[in-house]
Amino acid sequence: MTDPAFQDQEEQVTPKIGKFRGGLVLPEHKDLSTGRPIKIMPLSKRYILPITQHSGQPAVAEVKVGDQVLKGQVIARTHGFVGSILHAPTSGKISAIEPHPVAHPSGLPATCIVLEADGDDEPIKSYKLEDWRHSEPLVVRNYLQEMGVVGLGGAVFPTHIKLTPAADIVVEKLILNGAECEPYISCDDMLMREYAEQIISGAHIAMHILGTNKCALVLEDNKPDAIAALEKAIADNGREDIEIHAMPSRYPEGGERQLIQALTGKEVPTGGLPVDLGFIVQNVGTMAAVHNAVVNGEPLVSRIVTVTGKGITHPGNVEVRLGTLFSEVMEFCGGYTDSVERLIMGGPMMGFALPSDNVPVIKRTNCILVAAKEEVPVKDDPMPCIRCGECAQVCPASLLPQQLYWYARSQDFNRTKDYHIFNCIECGCCDLVCPSHIPLTSYFRFAKSELWIKERERDVAESAKQRFEAREKRVEKQKATLDEKRKKKRESIREKPGSEEAKSEIAAAVERAAKKRKDVGPDQT
Amino acid sequence: MLTALIILGGLAALFGLVLGLASMRFKVKGDPVVDQIEALLPQTQCEQCGYPGCRPYAEAIAHGEADINQCPPGGEAGIRALASLLDREPKPLNPDNGVEKPARVALIDEQTCIGCTLCIQACPVDAILGASKQMHTIIESKCTGCDLCLPPCPVDCIDMIEIQPSTENWKWPPPAAMRRHNPATGMIND
Repeated sequence: MTDPAFQDQEEQVTPKIGKFRGGLVLPEHKDLSTGRPIKIMPLSKRYILPITQHSGQPAVAEVKVGDQVLKGQVIARTHGFVGSILHAPTSGKISAIEPHPVAHPSGLPATCIVLEADGDDEPIKSYKLEDWRHSEPLVVRNYLQEMGVVGLGGAVFPTHIKLTPAADIVVEKLILNGAECEPYISCDDMLMREYAEQIISGAHIAMHILGTNKCALVLEDNKPDAIAALEKAIADNGREDIEIHAMPSRYPEGGERQLIQALTGKEVPTGGLPVDLGFIVQNVGTMAAVHNAVVNGEPLVSRIVTVTGKGITHPGNVEVRLGTLFSEVMEFCGGYTDSVERLIMGGPMMGFALPSDNVPVIKRTNCILVAAKEEVPVKDDPMPCIRCGECAQVCPASLLPQQLYWYARSQDFNRTKDYHIFNCIECGCCDLVCPSHIPLTSYFRFAKSELWIKERERDVAESAKQRFEAREKRVEKQKATLDEKRKKKRESIREKPGSEEAKSEIAAAVERAAKKRKDVGPDQT
Repeated sequence: MLTALIILGGLAALFGLVLGLASMRFKVKGDPVVDQIEALLPQTQCEQCGYPGCRPYAEAIAHGEADINQCPPGGEAGIRALASLLDREPKPLNPDNGVEKPARVALIDEQTCIGCTLCIQACPVDAILGASKQMHTIIESKCTGCDLCLPPCPVDCIDMIEIQPSTENWKWPPPAAMRRHNPATGMIND
């Protein structure tokens, strides 16, 4: 990192306000899916709901097979702080709780609740928090938790926790993330065009929770329709405390840290969080979900999904209920075209390929990219790294990918940690520019998960050690108390015949017995 | 001559005093080598090494009584880590101590359990919950898979279950190019 040549480069690319370090301008391919308004998908017959759909502690099912549920009823819950709640997307009967394929890079199945819809779509009675303006922030926060609201930008982190900064921190500004920078994806763009009022209303609720009156909505200047809709919504709302910042489009502007750097010129420190600078970043989709929860009393049971790519007949944005199978979404969008090659959840940069469309839509499904052959990047066989440094130039996290690659490849994971691998946001810029076609991000994901597993193993070992030591101590203590008891007993037994009282008692008893014998006489026996 | 002796003798006494004081002032409590070795052991507390726990084994290694290849749960990776810490040659796991197995947890067949509490007494990490004549169960997240509960069970109701890969414990595989990479030579096998 102290390489002087690199420092020079860094100075050249040190960002001014409105810019962030590194990144790339990518072809957008967004008009494929922005031509038509958002369509609402009709009710399906069956919904498959993975129990854990948020990042954090896993959830457990709250229903049994055979239970009748209503739309919006809680069906899974996390018993822990970093957790969320899952609700039934429609009314019906729980027919199974079993492993089912899910959208996960591993391709492994996960436990899912299977809900057979009864077609009535009868909602559960819910209370709205219409009077949120006069409610304690804590009440609104707990309400959001109960409504299962999580970050819809991709991380699915529980929103009520993100809106709970430490007690000593003053939140200066709420930043709304409308910078949907990854190619093809347009669900936030369409949401901002069609549901601008809900976003603004949700933002006011979040500002109330955080106790701030400043809010900036950042999006890219390639979304003029969204900007117009938002400006109108702000004007209609009457409260002019939300400012809109349109930034030039550059990937990965939508990254939380990149967005803050572009907006304020400040850099979030390594290992820190945006809140350390006084900022809380929320996705615009999350804000609409907050509005729906608080004002309409609707839990998070559906989301907008971009279905796009040349492999689908009618690309567009669809409002889909959670648990709908990808195959049904594909059918709704006119089915596959002949040129379909690969199914990707997420965008072309950060998404992952799926082995089949028999997986359900979850809270983090922002985009289903049905890529045709020409849209799938052709990766030639990797060649040796020539240390050109292109990857370091485009890295938005100021890392040295070539160095990280070297250590990850030789499985020297502790060194990758020294080179701040956990700052890597896996944006894929380095992959794209590498002239040797090295799949750098794959190496970093591999190294990161190795480090995570090692950390977890260390934690488990530490807890086992503590329990073992505690047990040893307890066993020793038990033995010591037992020994003490025995010793005391032995002593008391030994003491008894020694005492005067006991002696005289015994003597008296002996005398009595002798007298008795004498009185009765020997003949009688 | 005498002056030189006095000066040298005086210096020797002074340095001796300084060193003596320093060794008292900066005395290291405990045995740091034992701690370092213990940190590398998996804390399974399985006693397969022949010692009653990971700490005693760590002490035995530090005192030269035990070899570094007696810990089956630590496996080859553990032996390598110990070898690099102690600057010794890594060697294969001693088969007398057992073989390296995939991670496992105990599972009590609750239909068969008679509630004898013998397994609770055997568990080194208090990962079994139960009481006399009550059904017992394993606290899965605390079980180290040490097998120590198996021999005392009079009705053989405990099974060791391999931990299956799931979306929670899954890890990203190494990229295809790396799988062809030979760590011994540092080259990519083609």
